[in-house]
Amino acid sequence: MNVKPLSMVQASYMVAEREMVTRVRSKAFVISTLILVVGIIVGIVAMNFFASNSDTTTVAASDDVAAQLADADGLELTEAPTPEEARSLVQDGEVDAAVVPDDASPTGLTVIAQSEAPTTLVQLLSQAPTVELLEPDGGEGPMRYILGLAFGIVFMMSAMSFGAPVATSVVEEKQTRVVEILMTAIPTRALLAGKVIGNTVLALGQIVLIVAAVSVSLIVTDQTEILAGLGTPLLWFALFFVTGFLLIATLFAATGAMVSRQEDLSSVIAPIMYIVMIPYFLVIFFNDNPLVMTIMSYVPFSSPVSMPIRLFFHEAQWWEPIASIVISLVACVLVIMLAAKVYENSLLRMGSRVKWSEALKA
Amino acid sequence: MLTITGITKTYGERRALDDVSFSVARGRLTGFVGGNGAGKTTTMRIILGLLSRDGGSVTLDGAELTATQRRAFGYMPEERGLYPKMKVLEQIVYLARLHGFDKRTATDKATLILEQLGLGERLNDAIESLSLGNQQRAQIAAALVHDPDVLILDEPFSGLDPLAVETVVSVLQDRARQGAAVLFSSHQLDVVERLCDDLVIIAGGTVRAAGEREALRREHSTNRYELASSGDAGWLREEPGVTVVEFDTGYAVFDVDDDETAQRVLRRSVAEGAVASFAPQHPSLAQIFKEVVR
Repeated sequence: MNVKPLSMVQASYMVAEREMVTRVRSKAFVISTLILVVGIIVGIVAMNFFASNSDTTTVAASDDVAAQLADADGLELTEAPTPEEARSLVQDGEVDAAVVPDDASPTGLTVIAQSEAPTTLVQLLSQAPTVELLEPDGGEGPMRYILGLAFGIVFMMSAMSFGAPVATSVVEEKQTRVVEILMTAIPTRALLAGKVIGNTVLALGQIVLIVAAVSVSLIVTDQTEILAGLGTPLLWFALFFVTGFLLIATLFAATGAMVSRQEDLSSVIAPIMYIVMIPYFLVIFFNDNPLVMTIMSYVPFSSPVSMPIRLFFHEAQWWEPIASIVISLVACVLVIMLAAKVYENSLLRMGSRVKWSEALKA
Repeated sequence: MLTITGITKTYGERRALDDVSFSVARGRLTGFVGGNGAGKTTTMRIILGLLSRDGGSVTLDGAELTATQRRAFGYMPEERGLYPKMKVLEQIVYLARLHGFDKRTATDKATLILEQLGLGERLNDAIESLSLGNQQRAQIAAALVHDPDVLILDEPFSGLDPLAVETVVSVLQDRARQGAAVLFSSHQLDVVERLCDDLVIIAGGTVRAAGEREALRREHSTNRYELASSGDAGWLREEPGVTVVEFDTGYAVFDVDDDETAQRVLRRSVAEGAVASFAPQHPSLAQIFKEVVR
């Protein structure tokens, strides 16, 4: 009459599946994910389009000169048989500029334009002196900031938009008392594990989607060199994200279990919200401070943001991300053990908020 | 057989359960009756392992109850709860799967039990869109879907209309006939009286009476009679061996010291006026309840 009860793993899987299915089915979730992905693709493609569009300079040139310019990017060549015809094309406004041979000029060429010579064209035809940089990595300020902002925002947004629902769903089960039925059917730890894993998979899924959107857009717009540089840091980001998010989701679940009503939730999860926001602000303000960045890249909550940045700029030794991920994993195990205790002790306590001292009692 | 032996539970200074012992036999419906705060829910939660006990033991078929065995129980908590936004069928299928059924079997079982409980038309409605009575039926389905061999139901009939009560009763009787041990609490003493085979009466954290319903009735039956006649039955008060319990002109409820007295009273009643009815009164559950709880 009875079947074999589920193992811990099977039960966790069932809970995780329900969490994911419920979430993926919600319209709000689908729409916000779509907007995010479309936004990323449109953003990158549009930026590239406007950037390259303004760079294109129409140039009239005679055959021999045109051959010289053929390899240059950002130029649209119009063939003009004679210098005079090239000049008249400029006068008519057909082209931005004309390039004609001129023996008197040091470069052997003269640029003809209406009122101002296109800078790109002039630079292209100028002879530049040899430049030697003593600190070639020193000038990447904006890229560092942009990367910090990007990783910071993605981590913070995902942690909030996927972490907070863990707490909400724990409270929902408590508030509707369905938790009593669940607890008589499966081990409490399976319930906790399923919730955390389900939401982690969803969050990671969205991260993968974001990375895919970024990659596709970069490939479509032919910006593969940025993509190549981002590859390894992105993989590390994904890996760190998993451990970082597991930590946060577990904390959300444990604190969610401490209250009985949605109304009381915001006060208990506030400290976790701060934990999620702190690395974001630190990385924005201290992204060029090597000491802060190094420390941050070892702290479990901020390592997902700062370690990939250090990796991108080749500031981290090969073993550093490995050491940092080990720290994260150890922290994860500890927090999960602690959270499981809080969860088990608090889940059946209804009414007022459970005190930490009670929640942690053996 | 589920056996509860010497369970005690103390909340701070207050002793909620004191040496509670009774058993729930397979194939029978056991009614669990008691006033508010008598300890019914506490006892049930202890059986389910949702609450720790301070002393005593719970055994199933002679052996200490294990966590795995408990997970096969069917439980309907006092405070109802299912996922409000989940569809009825989906919800019950999910619970069946948590109990170890594969998806197809779970779906078949959930559909069957929901149809038996009269929710066949509402399978794809969200729980929160159902009326309270129908939510209650879904809750019962949640407790029954995995064919539990022990059922612990806290107030399964509260909030149900009489027809729904009948439906649920027949489903529960089916389960008992198939060999399940069923323990249910209720305030509706008339339903309990009609439905249960065994009874446990609890008050103030102690079991006041436990056993077969009929045995309890016999045990608590007195030589009580009821008389309805057209005349004034005031003479009953003077009759030797008679104690009047209730009196209203032609109507009286009274105890007699022996059968001989009863016969004498009957003869006199006929002589005094037209007798509409004269019958020995079996104690109702409500009466037994009042008596043992006092």
